[in-house]
Amino acid sequence: MIKDITIGQYFPGKSPIHRMDPRVKILLTAAFIVMLFISNSLWGLLVGAAFTLITFLISRIPLKLMFKSLKPIIPIIIFTGILNLFFIKSGEPYFKWKVFQITDEGVSTAVFMAVRIICLIIGSSLLTYTTSPIDLTDAIERLLSPLKKIKVPVHELAMMMTIALRFIPTLIEETDKIMSAQKARGADMETGSIMKRAKALIPILVPLFVSSFRRAEELALAMECRCYHGGEGRTRMKQLHLSAVDGAAVCYMLAFFAGVIALNIIL
Amino acid sequence: MAVIKTENLTYIYGEGTPFEKRAVDDVSLEIGEGEMIGVIGHTGSGKSTLIQHFNGLLKPSSGSVYIDGEKLWEDKARLRAIRFKVGLVFQYPEYQLFEETCYKDIAFGPKNMGLSDAEIDERIKETAKMVGLSPELLDKSPFELSGGQKRRVAIAGVMAMRPKVLILDEPASGLDPKGREYILGMLKDYHTATKSTVMIVSHSMEDVARYADRILVMNKAKLYCLEETEKVFSRSEELMSMGLSVPQITRVFARLKEMGIEFNKDVYTTPYAVKLLLERLGQKEGLA
Amino acid sequence: MDSFLKAEGLWFSYMNNYEDPPVRTEVLKGIDLDIKKGEFVAVLGHNGSGKSTLAKCFNAINLPEKGKAYVDGIDTSDEDRLLDIRQRVGMVFQNPDNQIVATIVEEDCAFALENMGVPPAEIRQRVDDALKTVGMYDYREHAVHKLSGGQKQRVAIAGIIAMRPECILLDEPTAMLDPSGRREVMKTIKMLNREKGVTIVLITHYMEEAAQADRVVVIDSGDIMMDGTPKQIFTQVQTLRNLGLDVPQVTELCFELRNAGVDIPQDIIGEEECAQALFELLGQQK
Repeated sequence: MIKDITIGQYFPGKSPIHRMDPRVKILLTAAFIVMLFISNSLWGLLVGAAFTLITFLISRIPLKLMFKSLKPIIPIIIFTGILNLFFIKSGEPYFKWKVFQITDEGVSTAVFMAVRIICLIIGSSLLTYTTSPIDLTDAIERLLSPLKKIKVPVHELAMMMTIALRFIPTLIEETDKIMSAQKARGADMETGSIMKRAKALIPILVPLFVSSFRRAEELALAMECRCYHGGEGRTRMKQLHLSAVDGAAVCYMLAFFAGVIALNIIL
Repeated sequence: MAVIKTENLTYIYGEGTPFEKRAVDDVSLEIGEGEMIGVIGHTGSGKSTLIQHFNGLLKPSSGSVYIDGEKLWEDKARLRAIRFKVGLVFQYPEYQLFEETCYKDIAFGPKNMGLSDAEIDERIKETAKMVGLSPELLDKSPFELSGGQKRRVAIAGVMAMRPKVLILDEPASGLDPKGREYILGMLKDYHTATKSTVMIVSHSMEDVARYADRILVMNKAKLYCLEETEKVFSRSEELMSMGLSVPQITRVFARLKEMGIEFNKDVYTTPYAVKLLLERLGQKEGLA
Repeated sequence: MDSFLKAEGLWFSYMNNYEDPPVRTEVLKGIDLDIKKGEFVAVLGHNGSGKSTLAKCFNAINLPEKGKAYVDGIDTSDEDRLLDIRQRVGMVFQNPDNQIVATIVEEDCAFALENMGVPPAEIRQRVDDALKTVGMYDYREHAVHKLSGGQKQRVAIAGIIAMRPECILLDEPTAMLDPSGRREVMKTIKMLNREKGVTIVLITHYMEEAAQADRVVVIDSGDIMMDGTPKQIFTQVQTLRNLGLDVPQVTELCFELRNAGVDIPQDIIGEEECAQALFELLGQQK
């Protein structure tokens, strides 16, 4: 059922990773991505992979979830793997048949890319697994706040994200209900040609849009009644504070980062 | 013959996950043709889950459902055909309207049944009359109508399918007293006119008490009882302990009983209470 | 007692753009109303009678076309005082889902205070107080969408009382709730009025709820038709029925009994007093 979808999966916990300031988490995730892409040796990449694994273990998120987060991108990994495998023509060929050839460089690039993508996905899903969507939005708003000076509507964007997160479960539930209701009136959504199925969506989408507009209108009114007048002069209940955990996390990250650079130079 | 029959019907949400929940637990019941049934129960008692089984929107985890003698889910191809026999109107059905005109919206169900245009037209006119929609409203967009009218259009959309059983989840919720009265009276008239089975799910005992022949009470996923209305209200204390609210008049008579004045009948509507009280008063005067 | 909400010859209309050419519909036609500080007023009227429109006039959402609306002496058309007005008069709506902004209970509760620019430490304190008042403190870190209707509505009320308003307008807050949700919300409203002295204006369709107020105002086609104590209002059974409204079942019972010639007081609106009256009536004749 559609209800089973969980968006912005967040797994509450008390691990050091959970306790980190979300701003630091976002910045370190960015640093982690950079680290993955600058490591140009096998050893450097192994350090990156080790970092990913250790961090995952520290977060105490079940390892099962690590594999689950990889599932949707398996086709991408295979696809880029094949591309690299067959279309890199430089290096010693291992195998050659008509236009196809597999070279040692092809193999190593394919492996490199696969490991990089896997680490990248695991690392960034760890960010969403350990940070509540609210904290994430909040952190993004604060990190981007310097952009306000050049008239980027940072607060408005963050508010939109907050509201979207708030209403996703409500709308999923609503879609489910409308689908059941139209099915009860004999709507057939499972059979027929693509055109027929697309047409069968109308009885679901129209009520959904109508109700979303109604919700938006009511919500806007309720927000106005609660003194909402944009981001100006707004304060926040939850203040973000840097703590020892964040310091430790930065050092931990730096150590690996330095390791990767060192390996790049040595090898 | 029973038009709806369930045997040991059980439904478990999220089976095999940590969120597993038994929403309907071992329910066996029979509902006859032409009955008017009230369905009551606390939120989360399983009543909404139960009714969604009656037209095959949910598949039982175990046990079975028979509609008009035919077992649901035995042949998936028959599911849709059986579904047309049981019309289900969800709570706030006006939020499911989508067509440009009320006419087209009411036609949606009958069209899905594959009826001819002439047949559909006849049915729409008949149901519009039944729910009290004037012909000129049929050409209007449903989004222009008042809340009460929208709801009537939505109900008409299911009635036009001429189901053998019409099930409505909280048909009067959110309406003002006049609107409530109108909808419930309309359903009673529909029941009398078509002689089909009608089931009304409601939190409001007052509404259910006035119209239903029998009442089905769900409590904690189990069938608590399915009995004649009077019999159910004779258990008013049990109903209250389940967190259900009984009509104010029933509570007054319960209080009188505590004070030592007992009536051998249970009271749940005002006219009946008036009648009983007048009888008792007359009796007293007669003795004096 | 001081007047808190005041309407003087209030007119309001809106354009109906569905019709061609658009038609102007008069919703409020010269309303005069004075609500005192600390009062608990129930507003009755069928759908479309103008009661919600009136409520929105006291929150500067709707501005009067003619006449004036005052909140605590402030003219609602004074734009500079908009936030002062909204802070004094909180509003709770029918659909609990569509008035909760944040995903987490306490975050939502803090929303108004954040908008008002209250310092963080004070927000924390006031949010905790508000959640304790409505009995939702234990749920402060829960996700809103997993709560029951009654709980959501209590969170919405907490978000309002965190602003520490002197008055709360509630527009059919119980219409979408089940009986236990309704009881929870009514209990909270009464407590706010009796213990915290908050002025309450409750728009409702449930006569049993209105019977619990200090004062009942009945609106029909944009005008005030009746205004008085619940006893004064509900005893006029016929007038109410003509306006498309109900009376509590017990009042109806006594009304019918009186019509049949039974000598029973006609101002009965509560269960207990009805049971007492019947007891005396039946006992007397023994």
